[in-house]
Amino acid sequence: MADDEVTSPDVDDAGETATVATIEVPEVSAPEAAESQVPAMTDANAALLARVTAELGEAILESGQAGVDLIIRVTPESWARAAEVCRHKLGFDYLCFISGIDWLPTPSVGGEDAESDTSAPVQPKTMTFGVAGSEGRFQVFARVSSTRVARVGLTLKVDIKESKPVVGSWCGTYPGADWHERECWEMYGFVFDGHPSLRHLYLPHEFEGFPLRKDFPLLAREVKPWPGLVNVEGMPGEPDEEEAST
Amino acid sequence: MSHLLAFDIPGGWGTTLGIKTLIVMGLIPVGALVLGYTFLLKMMSHMQSRVGPMDPGGFHGWFQLIGDGIKFIQKEDIIPAGADKRVFKMAPAIVVMSTFLMFVVLPAGPNAVVAGALHKGQGGIDVGIFYALAVSSLSVIGVLMAGWASSNKYALIGALRAAAQLIAYELPLVLAVVGVVVQAGTMNLQGIVFAQQQGKIFGWSGIGSPFILTQFVGFALFMVAAQAELTQPPFDMPVAESELVAGYMVEYTGFRFLFFFIGEFGTAFVYAGLAATLFLGGWSIPHVNGEIANWIGPIVLFVKIMLVAFLMFWARFSYPRLREDQLQALAWKWLIPISLINILVTGALKVAF
Amino acid sequence: MTSFEVDPKLYSPLADSQLNVELDTGDMILNIGPQHPATHGTLRLVVRLDGERVIKADPVIGYMHRGYEKLTEYRTYPQITTLVNRIDWLSSFANEVPFIGAAEKLMNIEATPRALYIRTILTEMARISTFLLFLGEMGLQVGAITPAFFGFRDREYTLNLIESATGGRFHPNYNRIGGLKEDLPWGWVAECRNTMKKMLDSCDEFEDLVMGNPIFQARTRGIGIIPAELGASYGVSGSNLRASGVDWDLRRDGEPLLPYNEIEWKTFTHQDGDSFARYWVRLQETRESARMILQLLEQLPAGPIMAKVPRIIKVPEGEIYVNAENPLGEMGYYIISKGATGPFRVKIRTASFSNVSILPWLLQGIYVPDVITVLASLYFILGDIDR
Repeated sequence: MADDEVTSPDVDDAGETATVATIEVPEVSAPEAAESQVPAMTDANAALLARVTAELGEAILESGQAGVDLIIRVTPESWARAAEVCRHKLGFDYLCFISGIDWLPTPSVGGEDAESDTSAPVQPKTMTFGVAGSEGRFQVFARVSSTRVARVGLTLKVDIKESKPVVGSWCGTYPGADWHERECWEMYGFVFDGHPSLRHLYLPHEFEGFPLRKDFPLLAREVKPWPGLVNVEGMPGEPDEEEAST
Repeated sequence: MSHLLAFDIPGGWGTTLGIKTLIVMGLIPVGALVLGYTFLLKMMSHMQSRVGPMDPGGFHGWFQLIGDGIKFIQKEDIIPAGADKRVFKMAPAIVVMSTFLMFVVLPAGPNAVVAGALHKGQGGIDVGIFYALAVSSLSVIGVLMAGWASSNKYALIGALRAAAQLIAYELPLVLAVVGVVVQAGTMNLQGIVFAQQQGKIFGWSGIGSPFILTQFVGFALFMVAAQAELTQPPFDMPVAESELVAGYMVEYTGFRFLFFFIGEFGTAFVYAGLAATLFLGGWSIPHVNGEIANWIGPIVLFVKIMLVAFLMFWARFSYPRLREDQLQALAWKWLIPISLINILVTGALKVAF
Repeated sequence: MTSFEVDPKLYSPLADSQLNVELDTGDMILNIGPQHPATHGTLRLVVRLDGERVIKADPVIGYMHRGYEKLTEYRTYPQITTLVNRIDWLSSFANEVPFIGAAEKLMNIEATPRALYIRTILTEMARISTFLLFLGEMGLQVGAITPAFFGFRDREYTLNLIESATGGRFHPNYNRIGGLKEDLPWGWVAECRNTMKKMLDSCDEFEDLVMGNPIFQARTRGIGIIPAELGASYGVSGSNLRASGVDWDLRRDGEPLLPYNEIEWKTFTHQDGDSFARYWVRLQETRESARMILQLLEQLPAGPIMAKVPRIIKVPEGEIYVNAENPLGEMGYYIISKGATGPFRVKIRTASFSNVSILPWLLQGIYVPDVITVLASLYFILGDIDR
């Protein structure tokens, strides 16, 4: 890790420790999002990327940075191996989460004519990908972190084929991946090869469809766009909303 | 009242029996409700800063208990579909019955004792305490019946825990009493009271000789074991609200639940009475004998019962619960050896002096 | 109960020696929950029991799944704060902070110092109110009723403060991008100072009443030990991990979101990792939070509570993960924005979800009463598991 200076807790006889909050972390330069869309990588993350590259080599397709996190995209074949490297070689002992992304543009809510009236967000109609890119619609992303080093995080992404959504499981490396992968499987339909039992986690077992995919309609909004096309009358004495905005 | 219990009543034994039965059946629920009101509602509310039970009716929440009673009576009597109906209905009655049976040997005055004929100024049956502890075990059967008949896994676990616990603590309870019996030389509760009233401490008879002074170990053991017999915290695993919801009572509603409630507090009342009688001198005040003792006896006994019950409920409201194996370990590894040593020491001293 | 389907032929050679065969007592499958007082809501635990010993435990969740990750895709940022309030409903305020923080970071807006301080105070207050409930509730699950009422009683003071500042007892919805809804009411600071002193007393009371109790110690020491390494790989975080000896607190070690480095405070770790250690750590942290609030009140800067924010909130394209130390552990939001008024995707990382995912491992081979103790000591909120 970039920084291994961890204050060792003073152990007293009772085995109970209290350490003063000393913050010994390298100063991270603030992301300069205002100047450019792609912020420059911080030194800490550059060093981390070098170490990850030394371990994974060719498996890393692309890398980037978001917030303090280093983001890397690895090949589907090396997904399970990436977890092992992270936990055993790089010291990322803490599993934050595993989840999926569907990059398909969000369908507009309440029909075309609703766009101007509802306050529901209107997302762009073109498919664009986030940091570290993507090859297709689906991605699995996971974040690991370290309990020994402050302010460090590594987000891994992997592309999932739409025709055959299979990727290796992390359960062997991070036992906590079990539930995360079950959730991801039921929400996106991604199959984790090597998972002990991909059962439904949240939804009833007879549930069909993958709710977090973008093409799965949120039926409540289809039926009644919310906050809807209702014209809310202003309070007496208040200026009209139209006038206020102009 | 005390005269009615002991004196011959014109009309023969049938009338006497009827009156005695009525009195016992009236006294137990009243005792249970008094304890419930005083400790469960008022003392607990004060200890725990509860506002609910202090509200209904205006002054100090006096209406709360009546309101609870009305609620219980109104509720539907639900019997689970898979239950063994007859056993399910009988179980609460058996639990309450054991309480009633214990009560009959408890003396409340020189003449006021329900069971046993009066002879030589000393009423009560001669194996009084033995009988009381024997019938107290009957409630196990009721509890097991309730747990089994409910066809509920929580109830079953609760009932099995209760059976294991009540039987395990029967032993320290009996052994704790043996010290008193050895010292008094009788198992008759009335005799035990007289032994304390007429006893002397190194020749001084000012306060008689309450056995709590000589048998303090026995008293502590008796209180702990009684707490376990009552399935109150820290020994409330059979009902364990946070684990087994309410254990063997989980399927009971309305009036049948009220039976269990009365059984619980009635038994607490009787155990407190037994402790008061065995260790605190029961109804007696030294040098107060004759007719007047018949009248103030019940009041004195009641005050002592409340004192002992206060200790019981104090522990109940402040202690967490032991685990089942810790409970058994406490009984077999600590209470029983200590009580055996206590008997040994008492016996040796009895022979020595 | 399960019936064991064994071929009778298997037993026939043994018919004569039947007495020597140990009677096979079938395992019992017990459903703890979804309606059970120990599960804080609707967690269901299917446990296979041998006597009272747990052979296998399988938590079943999802009875309260509300699909927040889907719902966020159809809402604007200000509307989502209403949703995130309801994730962990005991510390709603603390849920808002990382979400708002993430949006602010993406928009490159910085909240005013006063707003940040008030956020810190209210976050710590949410922590106190959550932990006070835990301190009482844990006593209740171990069997003592009184601490639960003390917990509720003392929590009321902090809830009153939160209500008087934000207008909502449970769901404040007080954060805005760039600041806060409104300033603290007049006299709030003095009242808060008094209450925090009361909280310190209250902690002492819990220390005496619950933690010092020998029965409580007998019930919790050595039960439900989470090894530090395993806990971290399960994603267990917050006080649960600190009770296993990992000195990792996102208030100090995370990306600075709130001005924690401007005050003097400590983290607490315990080497045992058992239920008792978790109670100990939370009790110390409650006390420390009260001290932190007292310091923050001293240093509370004057000034505006809102930064300059555009009228219509549009978050520029980008993605970010922002996490914070919630009372229950690490709470984080991974926000992917495509430049609209609402996020494209929000991954909500909740603490309880990962904390509870260790249960199948943790509950093996312990007794039913200890199941309840371990559940209580892990301290989860169902809304935080199910989202």
